[in-house]
Amino acid sequence: MITAGIDMGAKTIKVVVVRDGAMVGKAIMVAGFDSREAAEQAYAAALDDAGITKDEVEYVVATGAGRSHAPHSKRDISDVASGAQGVVTLYPAARTVIDVGAEEGRAIRCTAEGKVLDFALNEKCAAGAGAFTEAMSRALEVDIQALGPMSLNSENAIPMNAQCAVFAESEVVSLLHAKTPKEDIARAVHDAIASRIVSLARKVGFEPDVVLIGGVAHNVGFVDSLERALECKVIVPDDPEYIGAYGAALAAAAR
Amino acid sequence: MKAHYGYKDGAGSFFIIIDTDKCTCCDERGCVSACPEGVLEIITDDYDDEVAAVAEDHRKKIKYSCAPCKPDRDRPPLPCVSACASGAIMHSW
Amino acid sequence: MAEYWRWKEYRWHDAEVDWRDGELITAGVDVGSVSSQAVIMVDGELYAFSNMRTGSDSPESAKKVMDWALEGTGLTLDDIGFVVGTGYGRVNVPFSNKAITEIACHARGANFMYGPSVRTVLDMGGQDCKVIRCDERGKVSAFAMNDKCAAGTGRGMEVFADLLAISIEDVGELSLQVDEEPPPVSCTCVVFAKSEATALLREGWPKSQVLAAYCSAMAHRVVTLLEQVGIEKEFAITGGIAKNIGVVSRLEDEIGIKALRSKIDAQIAGGLGGALFAQSLLKKKLSAN
Repeated sequence: MITAGIDMGAKTIKVVVVRDGAMVGKAIMVAGFDSREAAEQAYAAALDDAGITKDEVEYVVATGAGRSHAPHSKRDISDVASGAQGVVTLYPAARTVIDVGAEEGRAIRCTAEGKVLDFALNEKCAAGAGAFTEAMSRALEVDIQALGPMSLNSENAIPMNAQCAVFAESEVVSLLHAKTPKEDIARAVHDAIASRIVSLARKVGFEPDVVLIGGVAHNVGFVDSLERALECKVIVPDDPEYIGAYGAALAAAAR
Repeated sequence: MKAHYGYKDGAGSFFIIIDTDKCTCCDERGCVSACPEGVLEIITDDYDDEVAAVAEDHRKKIKYSCAPCKPDRDRPPLPCVSACASGAIMHSW
Repeated sequence: MAEYWRWKEYRWHDAEVDWRDGELITAGVDVGSVSSQAVIMVDGELYAFSNMRTGSDSPESAKKVMDWALEGTGLTLDDIGFVVGTGYGRVNVPFSNKAITEIACHARGANFMYGPSVRTVLDMGGQDCKVIRCDERGKVSAFAMNDKCAAGTGRGMEVFADLLAISIEDVGELSLQVDEEPPPVSCTCVVFAKSEATALLREGWPKSQVLAAYCSAMAHRVVTLLEQVGIEKEFAITGGIAKNIGVVSRLEDEIGIKALRSKIDAQIAGGLGGALFAQSLLKKKLSAN
């Protein structure tokens, strides 16, 4: 059976095509001005990637912040449900899912079947989401992709006092003026966002295995800070940003 | 004085409200030692009264500082509130 | 690069008054995170003040702003009987005799500027927002302060001035040049509000309309803090944003109360309160000797 999942994120749209439980095609598009149009393009690209025609897809489920605007979808499920479903299918021992996207961070505790037991969200505040690291990379004048590897070279843990992304930008600029090494600032940035995500994880009572999904999972500096703050190993799947769409496609198959 | 320490952000509003008029006649100051995170302290305010206050470094993160006493499901009595005989301490969330 | 957030610094002194005729000369120095003010009073009357941008070094900023207030008056620091430091950098005013929080100083300053009927003071500063309730003597009865998040602060407005390439001083007027009020952008986070605004500009919204949407978001955000403490008439606004008519008028509409106006610059309320505290403290000191 072939199904698809569309994850209408705040910044990017991800589409995953699943055949008999396995991911066979995927595509990502920047949501931009017209998110529905971007979703159409991502959908076509994912089908193309899987070598499947539109007619072969039996059912489509949408997830993500803009899920009500998704094309082709017959049903939608929450980001929390799709993330948990995607993760436990890949990692049956996973009990905690941490999902950090562009504009939201979440911690989810779930059963082996992917049933959500508890979750906590950080929304409507950039400080606990990918937008924070993006703003800081701009202030540091470092490419966002380079920010993670850079922080791994840090030898000093320095505190970041500002809790708000806007104030943190000014703090980064003052640190730069004070000739603080960029590596140390990058680590402080990741420690700051990790501490906020960990408080979400504590709230749901996290237990291993912990799996990290969402675009920010690509940031090795953040993963390192998160592992240190959680004092446990964090598993990162190969395509962390696609797990929500994958979970939605699985939900479409289970319908 | 009703001192609202804390903040409001996207996630909600997080304030510890201390009615400092009730502090001035308190000798015990149980709130300070009752808090496991060291959130509360005694200060001399602008009008020279000795009153309880939320320590400076906790004011922007009390949601996190107070989290250990506030599990999601149960609502156990808060140590700081219980320790205050004059009922000067309130939490907004 | 143009710096749209940069406002003009200024000073003033009352040339009609000769401070040598006065007995009690006091000062309040408010070192804020963004701007600093020094206010000098002679026998309880406003005599001189200055308003500057705060530099990276607080003690240096305090000295500079004080020197500028003194400039051209013939006064020196030694002539001033008592100095109160206030604001975020209050403990870093090297020449101050006492530090008092900006909460207490704003209440006292507002009481002088707007009269004893003021019960609620909203201070919208560069990096914080405060709601202060006070009695007829200007003594604080309740307060709340938000300095954790840039939404509802001057810094948030600076981000928008920069984004739209409009001088911070023109933002308020321009935001009122709309035929009808657009729906507000996100009022909870400046970063998200900025990305919403970017999308609206791409959609072809004029700058005035984007600013209108941000000013009303900001007004709404501040109202939620006012509600935390409760609003009682009379109501006054101090701080830099008091000069932004786009935020002030929308705020007044939302709460249904007009803010009091004063002839005295709303941005010096903290320093003025400091100078008033200094006056009482100086009297006390003199009578003790």
